[in-house]
Amino acid sequence: MSIALVAVLWELYKIVGPEKGGKLFGIAILPRSNDTAMPHIWEMLSRYAEPEMRSPNSKLIWFVVLKGAFYSFRLAFVGFVIGSTIGVALAALMTRFKTIERGLLPYLVISQTVPLIALAPLVVSWGGKLEIFGFTWPRWLSASVLGAFLAFFPIAVGTLRGLKSAPAASLELMDSYAASWKQTLFKLRFPAAIPYMVPAFKLGASGAVIGVVVAEISTGLKGGIGRLIIEYARQATGDPAKVFTAVFGAAGLGLAMAGLVALADVLLMRNRPKETTT
Amino acid sequence: MSAVHVAGVSKIFNQGTPKQVDALVDVNLTVEPGEFVSLIGPSGCGKSTLLRLIANLLEPTTGEVTVNGKTAAQSRLDQDYGMAFQQAGLFDWRSVAKNIELPLELKGWDTEKRAARAKEMLELVKLPEFADLMPWQLSGGMQQRIAIARALAAHPPLLLMDEPFGALDEMTREYMQGELLRICAETKTTVVFVTHSIPEAVYLSNRVVVMSPRPGRITEVINVNLGENRSEDTRAADNFFAGITAVREALRGTHADHANAGAIRGVEDR
Repeated sequence: MSIALVAVLWELYKIVGPEKGGKLFGIAILPRSNDTAMPHIWEMLSRYAEPEMRSPNSKLIWFVVLKGAFYSFRLAFVGFVIGSTIGVALAALMTRFKTIERGLLPYLVISQTVPLIALAPLVVSWGGKLEIFGFTWPRWLSASVLGAFLAFFPIAVGTLRGLKSAPAASLELMDSYAASWKQTLFKLRFPAAIPYMVPAFKLGASGAVIGVVVAEISTGLKGGIGRLIIEYARQATGDPAKVFTAVFGAAGLGLAMAGLVALADVLLMRNRPKETTT
Repeated sequence: MSAVHVAGVSKIFNQGTPKQVDALVDVNLTVEPGEFVSLIGPSGCGKSTLLRLIANLLEPTTGEVTVNGKTAAQSRLDQDYGMAFQQAGLFDWRSVAKNIELPLELKGWDTEKRAARAKEMLELVKLPEFADLMPWQLSGGMQQRIAIARALAAHPPLLLMDEPFGALDEMTREYMQGELLRICAETKTTVVFVTHSIPEAVYLSNRVVVMSPRPGRITEVINVNLGENRSEDTRAADNFFAGITAVREALRGTHADHANAGAIRGVEDR
């Protein structure tokens, strides 16, 4: 429904909007509405069914985009797993020790202000020099690490809030049972945290996708959707609809990751009162 | 050996700071096995603090607390008591039976033994058909009965209750009082019960401990004995009203130093 609305707005603007772009006091404020900058929706869609290149044995574009998206999906998934492991571990640690929370949290916030593009080549060059017990660092793992870098932060912060959301009376109850800290963590704090963790993991999942796509673009890693976006964007003057096929592929990728989390949400929350499900 | 022995206990919060609060000063209390003792008093009289000292959720500043002849800390580790709060505090993500099993799980009981005990406890609180429901599907009174079942699951000799019926409506509340007396008689459990309600304290207790604030202390201990077989008729009996009057007068006394002795804040006169 909302997708249809966006499509209608897009086409409407193409009709109404000025061909050369709007200008106010010599400053361009509106994008051009010609077919190069804003191809028709149906052109983008039909482009999926056409071959990628002009050569006779070229594959159809939907196949290429899907393959690229799947490649990136695997990288993003690895990044998401690494990121959530680190995020949840940090949150548990910060819940346990107040000093760690006070010392660490500011650095976590600062870490997220470092531009990913600046970081990407660094991680690749560090990774390229690593060799632990015969395990050589593959290039794709650098992209996953950057995905993890974007994923861990919302997960750590959300999980921390969730772990702290356990009511004081319940904590007192666990104390009265002489429960250990670990028992309280797994029997009370984590179950109580799940309504907070699900949205955090959704953010983390899309963060992992963004991290991987950006890493692919800035390090020139081949095979993924990020590389396709860059390649197709270069051909945009001659084939404007092509780049959009890859952009939609990337968006679909993010949706697929978020969908995985949503699925976990449904499974975990099926027995909870309806008010707490979001 | 007494079930609870509190000797010369004081509890001072934020000692030595401007926010210092003398929650309890020189409190002495002994509860014998099988006794039902209520703690009553206006807000800030330290009755909940006293309960938490017995539960070893707080450490006394001075004095000594023993439960079943052991230190309070040891009896907490041994789970010699069960506890119930104003909020039932059942875990939303566990079924009713699993909630009752929680203390047993923490003690490391095996699955079969736990399930058998949960079943037994559900029979005790007369909710055997609700084992597999989730807590939010139950009414407030039922939730509180499950909380009592959970508190008694490990068969502790002592039950500590902090205004457990405070959030229930009057009808449910009176029904729950009757149920609590029946359960305690069946299980021979000693109870220390914190409440705001004078009739509730009188109806349930062998002894009512009246406390006063600033600093929190015990001002009077009133013996009420309405007999073993209390029923709805007891609530209309003369000795019930005599008990209520006695407790009410003792509570007025706690406010003798205030200008308006009539307004006892925090005590429901029902």
